[in-house]
Amino acid sequence: MTLLHRHRWAIPYLLLLPGLAFLALFFVVPIYYLGNTSLQEGSIFDGYTFTWAWSNYTDAITQYQSQFLRSLEYAGIATVISMLVGYPLAYWIAFRGGRWKNLLLLFIIGPFFVTYLIRTLAWKTILEDQGFVADTLRTLGLLGEDGRLLATSTAVIAGITYNYLPFMALPLYVSLEQIDRRLIEAAQDLYASKVRAFLRVTLPLSLPGVFAGTLLTFIPAAGDFINAQLLGTPRQFMIGNVIQSKFKVIADYPEAAALSFILMAAILVAVLAYTRLLGTERLTG
Amino acid sequence: MTTAAETLPAARRRSAPARALAFVRHHTLTVYAMLAFAYLLLPIAVVVAFSFNDPIGRFNFAWQGFTLDNWLNPFGYPGLQDAIELSLVIAVLASFFATVLGTLIGLALVRYSFRGGATTNFFIFLPMTTPEIVMGASLLTLFLNLGAELGFGTILLAHIMFNISYVVVTVRARLVGFDRHLEEAAMDLGANEWTTFRKVTLPLIAPGIFAAGLIAFALSVDDFVITYLVAGGDVTFPLFVWGAARVAVPPQINVIGTAIFLIAVLLMLFNILFQWRRQPKGAS
Repeated sequence: MTLLHRHRWAIPYLLLLPGLAFLALFFVVPIYYLGNTSLQEGSIFDGYTFTWAWSNYTDAITQYQSQFLRSLEYAGIATVISMLVGYPLAYWIAFRGGRWKNLLLLFIIGPFFVTYLIRTLAWKTILEDQGFVADTLRTLGLLGEDGRLLATSTAVIAGITYNYLPFMALPLYVSLEQIDRRLIEAAQDLYASKVRAFLRVTLPLSLPGVFAGTLLTFIPAAGDFINAQLLGTPRQFMIGNVIQSKFKVIADYPEAAALSFILMAAILVAVLAYTRLLGTERLTG
Repeated sequence: MTTAAETLPAARRRSAPARALAFVRHHTLTVYAMLAFAYLLLPIAVVVAFSFNDPIGRFNFAWQGFTLDNWLNPFGYPGLQDAIELSLVIAVLASFFATVLGTLIGLALVRYSFRGGATTNFFIFLPMTTPEIVMGASLLTLFLNLGAELGFGTILLAHIMFNISYVVVTVRARLVGFDRHLEEAAMDLGANEWTTFRKVTLPLIAPGIFAAGLIAFALSVDDFVITYLVAGGDVTFPLFVWGAARVAVPPQINVIGTAIFLIAVLLMLFNILFQWRRQPKGAS
């Protein structure tokens, strides 16, 4: 104890040490091995050896360009829709929820409590060819006689949107909830209309939530393969589908590692561009 | 459920058309929110409903008839019980270790200011913003290159890893609103640092630690992508569902899904009620 008293500065580092060491070993070091593997050559029978095989990267890009673009496209659309659904929802809970807020939040995170795969299979039930939704749309003439909901890009995007909506709504709620209501009242006292007060006060103050929500939705969505696998066909396959089959089915580890690395880099670039666009100083300030 | 009372005094001062507009807008938002809730809850309702289905054939996708058989016989499908047991064991161990490691980091970040705090915050945020497939892929390459045997051990390490950040964030959120004066008061009254921590700090942050543990447990039970990559031949519950989905979807899967959902919701409700009892009425 006296030793600790003399070295009080060391306490936070001692608290950090075990957790950060664990993360270093099983989060940072693996990324080194991912990079290393992505430059290996060989086959599953003879083993893979490190040879600076950059061809893995050029092959990955030329062969799977469409899956990469599709991943970014699906994730982008799903993020926008989640925002359109999630923002009003979060706003409603934060400003109209009263003392029921915590209970209402439970509805938002409700889907998390149903196993990911099971709730995606539930969408398969809902969108079934003979299901209620498809039948209704056919009766209304919105879907052709042989039209399908399943196995389309709409189904995959709908599934992704659903699965990541809570990641969008929760940070939005947190930032909206923290807004000092007096600022909005002040704007209205100064004769700002409700819309103007929203655009000039509420919206800018909720930007950190918009930022966090967008990232937490877009990033996992871009790497998703479950929705495309369960609700789509190979024509809707995303880069995640390719990576998982290279690892698990074909055992072409170097190619799979190169694809993972490119995905990570693409997301990093997208995130940096987005951060620039929104302005970091406004977010951290 | 809506608290119109907050907006009334302002509305009274305005003209009749403006009031009508405000009324419509107020309810448009409410209707929109209700629709969004319906969208969020619809698949859950389907999962619960289809746990009572009596499907013809191997796939439980079309409604055939009501039965209680699935609930009376929840493990009546080969391999299902082993998968659930493995999931539970991993989740208990992973959430325990992640909660310990994550709480220590959370304490350091909130209660002390030190060099490298901002970097640590950023570092903690990284795993949460890395696609699962990339984390799973990198762990797999680590294990493959080191020649580690894939299975229980690799799943457990992976689960502890991805849970730590979530624990830190949850514990930290609880610690930020924490009144430091209570600790100072204890110290002024002669308690040493360790006693203060044990008697004052720990009881106050216990709900946060509990919530963090629950989240870690839930994430662990639910994880598919990372587990799928590092599991080798072992089968957790989500892996079981994945494997089953290709050849059959037994209604027992819905039974287990519903049961997990109910337990989680009850625990969360318990946590909310606990918070309600601790804070004065009306405060929200």
